[in-house]
Amino acid sequence: MKTHALAVATAALVGLAVALVFFYVPSDADQGFSQRIFYFHVPIALTSYVCFGWGAWKALRYLRSRDARADTESYVAIHQGVMFGALTLITGSIWAKASWGVWWSWGENQLVLFLVLFLFYCAYFMLRFSVDAGASRANMSAVYALFGVVLIPVSFLAIRLSQNFIHPVVFNSHGPQMTGAQFLTFCVSFAAVLAVFATLYRVELAGKRIDAHLRELRELLA
Amino acid sequence: MTYLSDVVALTRKDLLLELRAKETLPSMLLFVLAALTIFHFALPRGAGHTAALGLLWSALIFTALLGLTRAFVAEREQGMFDALVLAPCDRSAIWLAKSLAVLAFLAAAEVVALPAFAAFFSGIGGRTVVAVALADLGIAAVGTLFGAMAVAGRARELLLPLLFLPMAIPIVVGGVGGYLWFLVLYDAIFVVLAWATFEYVVAEV
Repeated sequence: MKTHALAVATAALVGLAVALVFFYVPSDADQGFSQRIFYFHVPIALTSYVCFGWGAWKALRYLRSRDARADTESYVAIHQGVMFGALTLITGSIWAKASWGVWWSWGENQLVLFLVLFLFYCAYFMLRFSVDAGASRANMSAVYALFGVVLIPVSFLAIRLSQNFIHPVVFNSHGPQMTGAQFLTFCVSFAAVLAVFATLYRVELAGKRIDAHLRELRELLA
Repeated sequence: MTYLSDVVALTRKDLLLELRAKETLPSMLLFVLAALTIFHFALPRGAGHTAALGLLWSALIFTALLGLTRAFVAEREQGMFDALVLAPCDRSAIWLAKSLAVLAFLAAAEVVALPAFAAFFSGIGGRTVVAVALADLGIAAVGTLFGAMAVAGRARELLLPLLFLPMAIPIVVGGVGGYLWFLVLYDAIFVVLAWATFEYVVAEV
Protein backbone atom coordinates (compact mmCIF):
# COMPACT_ATOMS: atom_id res chain seq x y z
CA MET A 1 0.00 0.00 0.00
CA LYS A 2 2.80 2.42 0.83
CA THR A 3 4.19 1.90 -2.66
CA HIS A 4 0.83 2.91 -4.11
CA ALA A 5 0.80 6.16 -2.14
CA LEU A 6 4.36 6.86 -3.26
CA ALA A 7 3.44 6.17 -6.88
CA VAL A 8 0.50 8.58 -6.72
CA ALA A 9 2.65 11.28 -5.11
CA THR A 10 5.32 10.71 -7.77
CA ALA A 11 2.82 11.06 -10.59
CA ALA A 12 1.51 14.31 -9.08
CA LEU A 13 5.02 15.67 -8.61
CA VAL A 14 6.05 14.78 -12.17
CA GLY A 15 2.88 16.47 -13.47
CA LEU A 16 3.64 19.58 -11.46
CA ALA A 17 7.26 19.61 -12.68
CA VAL A 18 6.19 19.28 -16.33
CA ALA A 19 3.65 22.10 -15.88
CA LEU A 20 6.26 24.35 -14.27
CA VAL A 21 8.86 23.60 -16.94
CA PHE A 22 6.56 24.31 -19.87
CA PHE A 23 4.20 27.00 -18.57
CA TYR A 24 5.74 28.77 -15.59
CA VAL A 25 9.46 29.25 -15.98
CA PRO A 26 10.50 31.92 -18.54
CA SER A 27 12.65 30.92 -21.54
CA ASP A 28 16.37 31.34 -21.16
CA ALA A 29 17.59 34.63 -22.66
CA ASP A 30 20.65 32.99 -24.15
CA GLN A 31 19.52 29.55 -25.35
CA GLY A 32 15.77 30.10 -25.73
CA PHE A 33 13.18 27.34 -25.48
CA SER A 34 15.59 24.43 -25.75
CA GLN A 35 17.18 25.35 -22.44
CA ARG A 36 14.09 23.91 -20.72
CA ILE A 37 15.53 20.40 -21.15
CA PHE A 38 17.94 21.48 -18.42
CA TYR A 39 15.13 20.90 -15.89
CA PHE A 40 15.01 17.24 -16.90
CA HIS A 41 18.62 16.59 -17.87
CA VAL A 42 20.33 17.83 -14.71
CA PRO A 43 17.90 16.28 -12.17
CA ILE A 44 18.16 12.94 -14.01
CA ALA A 45 21.96 13.15 -13.92
CA LEU A 46 22.00 14.03 -10.21
CA THR A 47 19.51 11.24 -9.46
CA SER A 48 21.80 8.84 -11.26
CA TYR A 49 24.62 9.83 -8.88
CA VAL A 50 22.23 9.33 -5.98
CA CYS A 51 21.48 5.81 -7.27
CA PHE A 52 25.15 4.88 -7.58
CA GLY A 53 25.89 6.35 -4.16
CA TRP A 54 22.96 4.51 -2.62
CA GLY A 55 24.07 1.28 -4.32
CA ALA A 56 27.59 1.67 -2.94
CA TRP A 57 26.23 2.43 0.55
CA LYS A 58 24.14 -0.75 0.43
CA ALA A 59 27.21 -2.64 -0.85
CA LEU A 60 29.18 -1.44 2.17
CA ARG A 61 26.29 -2.49 4.40
CA TYR A 62 26.37 -5.91 2.73
CA LEU A 63 30.10 -6.38 3.31
CA ARG A 64 29.62 -5.50 6.99
CA SER A 65 26.45 -7.44 7.72
CA ARG A 66 26.40 -10.21 5.05
CA ASP A 67 22.70 -9.59 4.77
CA ALA A 68 21.41 -10.85 1.40
CA ARG A 69 18.76 -8.10 1.37
CA ALA A 70 21.45 -5.42 1.24
CA ASP A 71 22.93 -7.16 -1.82
CA THR A 72 19.59 -7.06 -3.64
CA GLU A 73 19.08 -3.42 -2.65
CA SER A 74 22.52 -2.52 -3.95
CA TYR A 75 21.82 -4.30 -7.23
CA VAL A 76 18.45 -2.61 -7.69
CA ALA A 77 19.88 0.85 -6.94
CA ILE A 78 22.67 0.37 -9.50
CA HIS A 79 20.19 -0.98 -12.01
CA GLN A 80 18.12 2.20 -11.61
CA GLY A 81 21.32 4.24 -11.79
CA VAL A 82 22.23 2.76 -15.16
CA MET A 83 18.75 3.53 -16.50
CA PHE A 84 18.95 7.14 -15.32
CA GLY A 85 22.49 7.27 -16.69
CA ALA A 86 21.26 6.16 -20.12
CA LEU A 87 18.57 8.85 -19.93
CA THR A 88 21.24 11.41 -19.02
CA LEU A 89 23.23 10.45 -22.11
CA ILE A 90 20.13 10.73 -24.30
CA THR A 91 18.87 14.04 -22.90
CA GLY A 92 22.39 15.45 -22.92
CA SER A 93 22.80 14.44 -26.53
CA ILE A 94 19.52 16.13 -27.47
CA TRP A 95 20.54 19.29 -25.63
CA ALA A 96 23.95 19.28 -27.31
CA LYS A 97 22.24 18.97 -30.71
CA ALA A 98 19.87 21.84 -29.93
CA SER A 99 22.42 24.28 -28.57
CA TRP A 100 25.69 23.35 -30.31
CA GLY A 101 24.40 21.55 -33.39
CA VAL A 102 26.20 18.26 -32.67
CA TRP A 103 24.89 15.04 -31.14
CA TRP A 104 28.01 14.40 -29.17
CA SER A 105 30.64 16.74 -27.81
CA TRP A 106 33.79 15.45 -26.16
CA GLY A 107 34.13 18.91 -24.65
CA GLU A 108 31.16 18.27 -22.43
CA ASN A 109 32.62 17.03 -19.17
CA GLN A 110 29.51 15.62 -17.56
CA LEU A 111 28.42 13.77 -20.69
CA VAL A 112 31.80 12.09 -21.10
CA LEU A 113 31.83 11.20 -17.41
CA PHE A 114 28.45 9.57 -17.85
CA LEU A 115 29.74 7.59 -20.79
CA VAL A 116 32.61 6.26 -18.65
CA LEU A 117 30.26 5.46 -15.77
CA PHE A 118 27.76 3.89 -18.12
CA LEU A 119 30.46 1.57 -19.49
CA PHE A 120 31.67 0.77 -15.98
CA TYR A 121 28.24 -0.02 -14.56
CA CYS A 122 27.12 -2.01 -17.60
CA ALA A 123 30.06 -4.30 -16.87
CA TYR A 124 28.59 -4.67 -13.36
CA PHE A 125 25.70 -6.58 -14.93
CA MET A 126 28.06 -8.67 -17.03
CA LEU A 127 29.89 -9.61 -13.83
CA ARG A 128 26.67 -10.40 -11.98
CA PHE A 129 25.21 -12.49 -14.76
CA SER A 130 28.38 -14.50 -15.32
CA VAL A 131 28.76 -15.62 -11.68
CA ASP A 132 26.32 -18.04 -10.02
CA ALA A 133 24.07 -16.56 -7.35
CA GLY A 134 25.44 -16.82 -3.85
CA ALA A 135 27.73 -15.20 -1.31
CA SER A 136 30.63 -15.07 -3.74
CA ARG A 137 28.64 -13.10 -6.33
CA ALA A 138 27.27 -10.75 -3.70
CA ASN A 139 30.81 -10.08 -2.42
CA MET A 140 32.18 -9.31 -5.87
CA SER A 141 29.25 -7.11 -6.80
CA ALA A 142 29.68 -5.16 -3.58
CA VAL A 143 33.41 -4.64 -4.16
CA TYR A 144 32.72 -3.55 -7.74
CA ALA A 145 30.05 -1.10 -6.58
CA LEU A 146 32.54 0.44 -4.13
CA PHE A 147 35.11 0.82 -6.93
CA GLY A 148 32.44 2.57 -8.96
CA VAL A 149 31.67 5.20 -6.39
CA VAL A 150 35.39 5.94 -6.02
CA LEU A 151 35.81 6.02 -9.79
CA ILE A 152 33.23 8.83 -10.13
CA PRO A 153 35.38 11.64 -8.64
CA VAL A 154 38.59 10.21 -10.13
CA SER A 155 37.08 10.11 -13.63
CA PHE A 156 35.58 13.54 -13.15
CA LEU A 157 39.02 14.92 -12.35
CA ALA A 158 40.56 13.04 -15.28
CA ILE A 159 38.02 14.38 -17.74
CA ARG A 160 38.45 17.93 -16.44
CA LEU A 161 42.20 17.55 -16.95
CA SER A 162 41.79 16.35 -20.50
CA GLN A 163 39.39 18.98 -21.77
CA ASN A 164 38.59 22.56 -22.42
CA PHE A 165 35.55 23.72 -20.53
CA ILE A 166 32.60 24.59 -22.75
CA HIS A 167 29.94 23.00 -20.59
CA PRO A 168 27.84 25.67 -18.89
CA VAL A 169 28.57 25.62 -15.17
CA VAL A 170 25.31 26.44 -13.48
CA PHE A 171 26.39 25.71 -9.94
CA ASN A 172 29.58 27.36 -8.81
CA SER A 173 31.09 28.48 -5.53
CA HIS A 174 28.73 31.49 -5.46
CA GLY A 175 25.67 29.26 -5.34
CA PRO A 176 23.26 28.51 -8.16
CA GLN A 177 23.34 31.06 -10.98
CA MET A 178 19.59 31.04 -11.48
CA THR A 179 16.64 33.32 -10.92
CA GLY A 180 14.01 32.45 -8.31
CA ALA A 181 11.57 31.00 -10.83
CA GLN A 182 14.27 28.88 -12.44
CA PHE A 183 15.52 27.61 -9.11
CA LEU A 184 12.00 26.70 -7.96
CA THR A 185 11.32 24.80 -11.19
CA PHE A 186 14.66 23.05 -10.90
CA CYS A 187 13.96 21.98 -7.31
CA VAL A 188 10.49 20.64 -8.18
CA SER A 189 11.91 18.74 -11.18
CA PHE A 190 14.68 17.30 -9.06
CA ALA A 191 12.18 16.21 -6.40
CA ALA A 192 10.01 14.66 -9.12
CA VAL A 193 12.87 12.66 -10.65
CA LEU A 194 14.00 11.53 -7.20
CA ALA A 195 10.44 10.41 -6.49
CA VAL A 196 10.43 8.46 -9.76
CA PHE A 197 13.62 6.75 -8.60
CA ALA A 198 12.15 5.98 -5.17
CA THR A 199 9.01 4.47 -6.71
CA LEU A 200 10.86 2.39 -9.30
CA TYR A 201 13.31 1.25 -6.63
CA ARG A 202 10.50 0.03 -4.40
CA VAL A 203 8.65 -1.67 -7.23
CA GLU A 204 11.73 -3.47 -8.56
CA LEU A 205 12.80 -4.45 -5.06
CA ALA A 206 9.36 -5.90 -4.37
CA GLY A 207 9.64 -7.89 -7.60
CA LYS A 208 13.09 -9.21 -6.69
CA ARG A 209 11.87 -10.25 -3.24
CA ILE A 210 8.90 -12.09 -4.71
CA ASP A 211 11.30 -13.83 -7.11
CA ALA A 212 13.50 -14.90 -4.22
CA HIS A 213 10.52 -16.18 -2.20
CA LEU A 214 9.24 -18.10 -5.19
CA ARG A 215 12.62 -19.71 -5.72
CA GLU A 216 12.78 -20.75 -2.06
CA LEU A 217 9.29 -22.25 -2.28
CA ARG A 218 10.20 -24.14 -5.43
CA GLU A 219 13.30 -25.53 -3.76
CA LEU A 220 11.21 -26.63 -0.78
CA LEU A 221 8.76 -28.39 -3.07
CA ALA A 222 11.40 -30.07 -5.20
CA MET B 1 57.26 -10.08 9.32
CA THR B 2 55.26 -13.18 8.36
CA TYR B 3 53.05 -11.08 6.10
CA LEU B 4 56.10 -9.98 4.18
CA SER B 5 57.54 -13.47 3.90
CA ASP B 6 54.16 -14.78 2.69
CA VAL B 7 54.16 -12.13 -0.03
CA VAL B 8 57.73 -12.95 -1.01
CA ALA B 9 57.01 -16.69 -1.16
CA LEU B 10 53.87 -16.20 -3.28
CA THR B 11 55.58 -13.75 -5.65
CA ARG B 12 58.51 -16.12 -6.00
CA LYS B 13 56.08 -18.91 -6.88
CA ASP B 14 54.55 -16.85 -9.70
CA LEU B 15 57.88 -15.71 -11.10
CA LEU B 16 59.31 -19.22 -10.95
CA LEU B 17 56.25 -20.61 -12.69
CA GLU B 18 56.65 -18.06 -15.46
CA LEU B 19 60.38 -18.73 -15.73
CA ARG B 20 59.69 -22.43 -16.28
CA ALA B 21 56.50 -22.37 -18.34
CA LYS B 22 57.16 -19.10 -20.22
CA GLU B 23 53.48 -18.65 -20.96
CA THR B 24 52.74 -14.98 -20.29
CA LEU B 25 55.76 -12.81 -20.92
CA PRO B 26 56.69 -13.97 -24.46
CA SER B 27 53.12 -13.45 -25.62
CA MET B 28 53.03 -9.98 -24.04
CA LEU B 29 56.29 -9.05 -25.80
CA LEU B 30 55.12 -10.31 -29.18
CA PHE B 31 51.77 -8.61 -28.71
CA VAL B 32 53.20 -5.19 -27.91
CA LEU B 33 55.63 -5.35 -30.86
CA ALA B 34 52.84 -6.42 -33.21
CA ALA B 35 50.61 -3.65 -31.88
CA LEU B 36 53.30 -1.02 -32.43
CA THR B 37 53.80 -2.32 -35.98
CA ILE B 38 50.07 -2.06 -36.66
CA PHE B 39 50.07 1.48 -35.27
CA HIS B 40 52.83 2.45 -37.67
CA PHE B 41 50.57 1.54 -40.58
CA ALA B 42 47.43 2.88 -38.91
CA LEU B 43 48.89 6.35 -38.38
CA PRO B 44 48.90 8.67 -41.38
CA ARG B 45 52.35 9.68 -42.63
CA GLY B 46 53.77 12.54 -40.59
CA ALA B 47 51.17 12.21 -37.84
CA GLY B 48 53.60 13.52 -35.28
CA HIS B 49 54.82 12.66 -31.83
CA THR B 50 51.60 13.37 -29.88
CA ALA B 51 49.47 10.99 -31.93
CA ALA B 52 52.08 8.24 -31.66
CA LEU B 53 52.36 8.74 -27.90
CA GLY B 54 48.60 8.28 -27.56
CA LEU B 55 48.86 4.98 -29.40
CA LEU B 56 51.74 3.89 -27.17
CA TRP B 57 49.41 4.23 -24.19
CA SER B 58 46.67 2.17 -25.77
CA ALA B 59 49.24 -0.47 -26.72
CA LEU B 60 50.44 -0.60 -23.10
CA ILE B 61 46.91 -0.89 -21.72
CA PHE B 62 46.04 -3.76 -24.07
CA THR B 63 49.33 -5.53 -23.39
CA ALA B 64 48.63 -5.27 -19.67
CA LEU B 65 45.19 -6.71 -20.31
CA LEU B 66 46.76 -9.68 -22.05
CA GLY B 67 48.97 -10.35 -19.03
CA LEU B 68 46.13 -9.83 -16.56
CA THR B 69 43.89 -12.30 -18.38
CA ARG B 70 46.56 -14.95 -17.82
CA ALA B 71 47.29 -13.95 -14.22
CA PHE B 72 44.84 -16.27 -12.47
CA VAL B 73 44.50 -18.97 -15.10
CA ALA B 74 46.92 -21.36 -13.38
CA GLU B 75 45.08 -20.94 -10.06
CA ARG B 76 41.76 -21.59 -11.73
CA GLU B 77 42.73 -24.58 -13.85
CA GLN B 78 44.62 -26.38 -11.10
CA GLY B 79 42.07 -25.58 -8.39
CA MET B 80 44.75 -23.60 -6.58
CA PHE B 81 42.38 -20.89 -5.39
CA ASP B 82 40.90 -23.07 -2.65
CA ALA B 83 44.35 -24.01 -1.44
CA LEU B 84 45.46 -20.37 -1.39
CA VAL B 85 42.36 -19.25 0.47
CA LEU B 86 42.80 -22.09 2.98
CA ALA B 87 46.46 -21.22 3.54
CA PRO B 88 47.11 -19.58 6.91
CA CYS B 89 48.05 -16.23 5.45
CA ASP B 90 46.31 -12.90 5.14
CA ARG B 91 44.29 -12.92 1.92
CA SER B 92 45.51 -9.50 0.90
CA ALA B 93 48.98 -11.08 0.73
CA ILE B 94 47.70 -13.19 -2.20
CA TRP B 95 46.66 -10.00 -3.99
CA LEU B 96 49.90 -8.19 -3.18
CA ALA B 97 52.02 -11.09 -4.42
CA LYS B 98 50.04 -11.46 -7.64
CA SER B 99 50.18 -7.70 -8.23
CA LEU B 100 53.94 -7.72 -7.80
CA ALA B 101 54.26 -10.57 -10.30
CA VAL B 102 52.03 -8.71 -12.79
CA LEU B 103 54.08 -5.58 -12.19
CA ALA B 104 57.26 -7.51 -12.97
CA PHE B 105 55.79 -8.83 -16.25
CA LEU B 106 54.57 -5.37 -17.21
CA ALA B 107 57.95 -3.81 -16.47
CA ALA B 108 59.69 -6.53 -18.48
CA ALA B 109 57.36 -5.98 -21.44
CA GLU B 110 57.92 -2.23 -21.27
CA VAL B 111 61.68 -2.56 -21.13
CA VAL B 112 61.28 -3.85 -24.68
CA ALA B 113 58.27 -1.77 -25.73
CA LEU B 114 59.59 1.69 -24.83
CA PRO B 115 62.91 1.41 -26.73
CA ALA B 116 61.00 -0.18 -29.61
CA PHE B 117 58.64 2.77 -29.61
CA ALA B 118 61.55 5.19 -29.54
CA ALA B 119 63.11 3.37 -32.51
CA PHE B 120 59.89 3.01 -34.54
CA PHE B 121 58.37 6.43 -33.90
CA SER B 122 60.06 9.15 -31.91
CA GLY B 123 62.13 9.47 -28.76
CA ILE B 124 60.49 9.51 -25.36
CA GLY B 125 61.38 11.71 -22.42
CA GLY B 126 62.00 10.85 -18.80
CA ARG B 127 58.54 12.14 -17.92
CA THR B 128 56.90 9.47 -20.05
CA VAL B 129 59.03 6.75 -18.46
CA VAL B 130 58.02 7.90 -14.96
CA ALA B 131 54.37 8.13 -16.07
CA VAL B 132 54.51 4.57 -17.44
CA ALA B 133 56.03 3.31 -14.18
CA LEU B 134 53.32 5.06 -12.13
CA ALA B 135 50.60 3.77 -14.44
CA ASP B 136 51.93 0.21 -14.04
CA LEU B 137 51.30 0.38 -10.30
CA GLY B 138 47.65 1.27 -10.78
CA ILE B 139 47.17 -1.21 -13.62
CA ALA B 140 48.67 -4.06 -11.60
CA ALA B 141 46.68 -3.23 -8.45
CA VAL B 142 43.26 -2.79 -10.06
CA GLY B 143 43.82 -5.37 -12.79
CA THR B 144 44.79 -8.12 -10.36
CA LEU B 145 41.66 -7.56 -8.27
CA PHE B 146 39.39 -7.51 -11.31
CA GLY B 147 41.26 -10.48 -12.76
CA ALA B 148 40.37 -12.46 -9.65
CA MET B 149 36.73 -11.45 -10.16
CA ALA B 150 36.74 -12.31 -13.85
CA VAL B 151 38.07 -15.87 -13.44
CA ALA B 152 35.20 -16.66 -11.08
CA GLY B 153 32.71 -15.98 -13.86
CA ARG B 154 31.68 -18.14 -16.76
CA ALA B 155 32.86 -15.69 -19.44
CA ARG B 156 36.39 -15.29 -18.02
CA GLU B 157 38.46 -13.87 -20.87
CA LEU B 158 35.55 -11.81 -22.07
CA LEU B 159 34.75 -10.26 -18.72
CA LEU B 160 38.09 -8.76 -17.71
CA PRO B 161 38.36 -6.16 -20.52
CA LEU B 162 34.80 -5.02 -19.81
CA LEU B 163 35.55 -4.60 -16.12
CA PHE B 164 39.02 -3.14 -16.51
CA LEU B 165 38.89 -0.74 -19.48
CA PRO B 166 36.58 1.87 -17.88
CA MET B 167 38.96 1.89 -14.90
CA ALA B 168 41.89 2.43 -17.26
CA ILE B 169 40.47 5.60 -18.82
CA PRO B 170 41.81 7.90 -16.04
CA ILE B 171 45.21 6.21 -16.37
CA VAL B 172 45.30 7.02 -20.08
CA VAL B 173 44.30 10.63 -19.39
CA GLY B 174 47.04 11.00 -16.78
CA GLY B 175 49.60 9.22 -18.95
CA VAL B 176 48.97 11.02 -22.23
CA GLY B 177 48.75 14.41 -20.52
CA GLY B 178 51.82 13.68 -18.38
CA TYR B 179 49.95 14.54 -15.16
CA LEU B 180 52.24 12.67 -12.78
CA TRP B 181 50.47 13.94 -9.64
CA PHE B 182 47.22 12.58 -10.98
CA LEU B 183 48.74 9.13 -11.55
CA VAL B 184 50.14 9.19 -7.99
CA LEU B 185 46.67 10.06 -6.70
CA TYR B 186 45.08 7.28 -8.75
CA ASP B 187 47.63 4.74 -7.50
CA ALA B 188 47.23 5.80 -3.88
CA ILE B 189 43.43 5.56 -3.96
CA PHE B 190 43.07 2.31 -5.84
CA VAL B 191 45.99 0.44 -4.29
CA VAL B 192 44.46 1.01 -0.86
CA LEU B 193 40.96 0.12 -2.06
CA ALA B 194 42.10 -3.05 -3.83
CA TRP B 195 44.24 -4.10 -0.87
CA ALA B 196 41.29 -3.64 1.50
CA THR B 197 38.67 -5.39 -0.64
CA PHE B 198 40.53 -8.37 -2.14
CA GLU B 199 39.60 -10.50 0.83
CA TYR B 200 35.93 -10.32 -0.16
CA VAL B 201 36.60 -11.26 -3.77
CA VAL B 202 38.11 -14.64 -2.93
CA ALA B 203 35.95 -15.38 0.11
CA GLU B 204 33.24 -17.97 -0.49
CA VAL B 205 31.03 -16.83 2.37
